[in-house]
This record gives sequence, structure tokens and C-alpha cells, in this order.
Amino acid sequence: MTVSLKPAPVPRSRSQRATVSRSRRGILYGPNNPKKSITLTVLAGFFIVYCLFPLAWLVINSTKSQQDFTSTFGLNFGKSFALFDNISEVFSYQDGIFGRWLLNTVIFVVVGAGGAVLLSVAGGYALAKFRFPGKRAIFLIVIGAVSVPGIALAVPQFLLFAKMGLTNTPWAVIIPSLIQPFGLYLMWIFAGQAVPDELMEAARMDGAGDGRTFFQVALPLLPSGIVTTALFAVVATWNNYFLPLIMLKDQSWYPLTIGLNQWNKQGGVAGGESVQNLVLTGSLITIVPLIIVFILLQKYWQSGLAAGAVKE
Amino acid sequence: MTTNATPLSAGAPGPAGTAGPAGTAAVSRSSRSSRKAHKTARDWRGWKFMGPFALVFLFVFIVPLVYAIYTSFFQSRLVGGEVFVGWDNYARLMKDAQFWSGVGRVVQFTVIQVPIMLILAAAFALALDSLRLHGMRFFRVAVFLPYTIPAVVATLMWGFIYGSKYGLVGNINDLFGWNLDLLDHNVILLSLTNIVTWEFTGYNTIIFFAALTTIPRSLYEAAAIDGANEFRVIRAIKLPELKGSLVITIIFSIIGSFQLFNEPQILQAMVPGNTITTYFTPNMYAYNLSFLGGQANYAAALAIVMALLTMAVAYLVQWRSLRGQMK
Repeated sequence: MTVSLKPAPVPRSRSQRATVSRSRRGILYGPNNPKKSITLTVLAGFFIVYCLFPLAWLVINSTKSQQDFTSTFGLNFGKSFALFDNISEVFSYQDGIFGRWLLNTVIFVVVGAGGAVLLSVAGGYALAKFRFPGKRAIFLIVIGAVSVPGIALAVPQFLLFAKMGLTNTPWAVIIPSLIQPFGLYLMWIFAGQAVPDELMEAARMDGAGDGRTFFQVALPLLPSGIVTTALFAVVATWNNYFLPLIMLKDQSWYPLTIGLNQWNKQGGVAGGESVQNLVLTGSLITIVPLIIVFILLQKYWQSGLAAGAVKE
Repeated sequence: MTTNATPLSAGAPGPAGTAGPAGTAAVSRSSRSSRKAHKTARDWRGWKFMGPFALVFLFVFIVPLVYAIYTSFFQSRLVGGEVFVGWDNYARLMKDAQFWSGVGRVVQFTVIQVPIMLILAAAFALALDSLRLHGMRFFRVAVFLPYTIPAVVATLMWGFIYGSKYGLVGNINDLFGWNLDLLDHNVILLSLTNIVTWEFTGYNTIIFFAALTTIPRSLYEAAAIDGANEFRVIRAIKLPELKGSLVITIIFSIIGSFQLFNEPQILQAMVPGNTITTYFTPNMYAYNLSFLGGQANYAAALAIVMALLTMAVAYLVQWRSLRGQMK
């Protein structure tokens, strides 16, 4: 069923060649391969410095002991290199609760974001490939619901979940994470572009049911859409603060975000021990996995978002 | 190709089996008419795939929303428990100076933060799209990194950096003998503006950049042939293309700003005394009312008013263009 579309050879007219200037070294410059600009690179570089400098500050200060942190210059390393001491202290402080928080976060992400991807992929496929009663209403309701403040839902969500005995359990965080409207939107656009009607028709002619057509024909055509949706769902779940803040009382169910904030606040309370070195090192441990994932999968999310932009 | 039923199964019993050209013609005619009939018939199969999302959505969005509206008409009293009070909570809200000061603050925040962020994002996206940067790939990834950082970590980092005691600002003060205080109540809104701008500019950059890459590059060649310089190309081709994604980014930025909560709530513990009050933003007020103040009904009314305000503003910014996407 694959039709190879060869790009037509681009004729080089004389006038077109006139717009392409030739540098001394023989490189062809033109609108599609302009000369690199140092001025523009430096200007953009300023902005990148702004983006990266707090992260650099975090890395530098994660290597300091608590004493060095409060006594040495912020953008310089301390007297001792304490990164590894800090890391081992992060995992042993308060009976190793940080490891538990890390595990909780991973559970929330795997079940919550994983489930969100499944629901978004199936829902987006339905919106893109079927006409069904209520489709228009679904669209308007989902878009409308996005503009409802999280707190408007959180208070009644909390009261409802409390009645059902779900608060202070992981389900109170996982179930609301299953809905990612942006993921639904992305998958809707993706399925519309990447799954040809003819292919679905052909599968049906061959006797494949709706389920089989979805799993064996549609899904294999959607890898970059699924990866993009998954990445955004993972970020939303990994970084979630508000929902666990209201739903969880028992600190052994906390995710990293709530736990870190608790460690930070404890220094401000009378008699509380200041553990800023652990807050900073813990923060570093929290952000490193997502940064690595995004750098490794950049090809997917960049093309994924580009496809999402087509409809806009 | 939206009708998907097998053509023959639902058609009128045609003269199938009769051989010859007349027979085939009849079959094809009947299949065509059955297809037409199916277009008007209700096709529920999409729900097989929409169902799971819709069900969970109902449970975590619609039911709580309806419940919030319901509870907003009650008050819990020491004597008598939950009492129906009609519009009392809303009437009280209209006169609540703390609520309106919070609304004023997020409006002020929106008016400052959203334009700064979107202009920076558009400028950076145009720089990326010009293909004139050395190290394009590095720039593209680096600008997006802050988006992957949790609000908690972003706020803690900036909070420490702002600190005048042993933060970077404190270091600078020591060095130059200055007296900068970015956590002072006069500038705290700007300090928050910086944190949120840092977090979300890269995300918007990538959205804008994605929109720009959909422009066929042959258009630029044509423009160059016509003698248009780069600024002309930006004005005539690129900026109009950005308009579509601009509507979406503005709407989502406004929604985000109106819901401002994480950053001020986390920063609260790092600033002196009452710099960030419990009613600093409407969301913080609602949170404190319901979870610390035991006034869930009043908080529900507050949340609904904020939802309506947000939707009204989003509508003003051209809700219609979003609806236009519905085929």
C-alpha cells in the first residue's frame, strides 16, 4: 500500500540562480542555506545563558556542603566537593524517605501518564477517524474544561474522593492524571494526518474488526505522535505539585515535588534543621531524568510538535 | 470515506448470484444506495475509542464541576449543618476586597508577563527559523529545557538566587555594596514574572517554531527572487503564519496566569512575613479557604466565578478561532 512520492526535480532557472550568492570558499548561500550570523548567534546566546544559568547555579551549589552553601559565592565552587556526600545523605536522611518519594513519583508517572497516553491515543483516533453522535459536544466540553481553574475542580475532587475513601492513596493522584487534554488534541491531529482512510478501508475489506484495525494498522503509524504525547504526559505527572499537595497527607505517599518543598520549609520553622544542601541536591536528582529523556528523544518531540502545529 | 460498514450486508437483497453484466450492475447500484443510507444512520463505533477518555473525564472533570456548582449554594453551619443559602456566597464574594485584590494582582501579572514571554518566544523562534544560528540543534534543545523543570524546583532555585542573605543577590550586594532585595513586596510580582517567564518561554518558542516550519521554503526562494529582504519576509510571510498559533498561546497563557498558584505558594516560605499573603492570588485564596479555613462552599463559589472570568477573557481573545478547528 505504500506509494513512494519522489520529489520532483527542482528546475534551476536563471533568475533563481541569481539569488544564490557564492562565497569565496565556494559555499552556496541562499534563502535555504543562509550565511550563519555571529551577531544573531550571540544575541540568541544571551537568552540561552538566561535559560541555563539557574541550572548551572543548581549544579554548582549541589556540590557544596551546607556550611559552604551559606558562606561561599553562589557561582563558584565551595571549599570542599561534597556532591557525592550530598547524594548519599539525600538518600539516607530521615530513614531514606527520598527513595520512597522517587519510587512514588515513578509509580504516578508509569500508571498515570501511561494510562493518559492510552486514553489520548484511543480518543484522538476516534475524533480523527469516526463521525459519531456527540463528537462536537466532546470537543467543546474538553476545550471549555481546560479553562476551568484547577482549584475549581480540586476542591470538589477532594471532597468526592474523600467520600470514596480515595484520598491519601496513590489513586487520588493517578486518576486525575489520566486526563491530558493536550495529549488528546495532539493525537487527534496525528491520527488525522498519519492514518489514511484507504488503509483502514482496506483492513476492513480484509475482515479486520475495529479493534484490530486500531492496534495493527493505526498504532504502528503513530510512533512520533505517541512519543510526544507520552513526553508531555510524563512532564505533567512528574512535575505535578498541586494535586498531590491537596490529596496526600501521609508523607510516605508524597512525590518528589512535595517532599522537596517540605524539606525546604522545615528550615524556616523554629527548631527545624536547615538542609538546603539536600534540597538542592534532591532537586538536581529530580530534574536529571527528564532532561536526559528530552535530549535523547528530541527528534520525536520536535517533529511531533511540528505536526501538531499544522492544524493551528 | 466516513461510512465504513461493509456495503453488502445492509443493502436490500439484490439479485446476487445472477450472472451476467446486468447482475453486476445491479449489485453495484444497490451497494451505492446502501452506502448512502449509512451516511445518515448513526454510527456509534467512534465511542468504542472515545469511551474510556470520556468516562474518566466525566469522573474527574464534569462530576466535580457540577458538585462545585451545587455546593456553592450551601453554607456549613455549626447548627444545622449544610444549609441552602441561594446566592449568598456569590454576594459575599462580590464585596470581598481580598478576593478582588487577588484578581487585580493576577490581571496585572498577566498584562506584564504574557506579552514579555510571547515576544521573547516569537523572537527566538524567528531566530531559529532564519537558519542563521551557529549550533542550531543546541539552541533548540537548550531553550526548551526549563519547561521540563518542575515548578517546585524552578521556584526553589530562583528563590535561593533571589535571597539577599546567602543567595546570589546577596553575594552581589556584598560585592558592590548594593542593597537589592528582589523579595521585597514592591517587586515580588516582577520576581514571579521572571520565574514564570523562565519556565514557559521555551515551550512557546517551540510552538511558534513548529508553526514557522510549516511554511514551504520555496516561498522564501520566490520572495528572494522578487527582491524581498529578510525583514520583509518576516513581516509579509512569517508573522501572519504566527498569528494562528498566537491565539492559542495567548489563551493558554492567560488561563495559566489566572490560575497562578504553585510559584507564589512555594515562594511564600522563602520571603519575609506577609510579602505573599494567603489571598495573594485567587487560587491561593481558594486553597487556603477550603483546606485551611474550612470554607469549602465559599471557595467553590470563588472557583466558579474565576472559571467564568477566565472563560470570558479567553472568549474575548477569539474563542471562535479555536472552534473553527472543528470540521
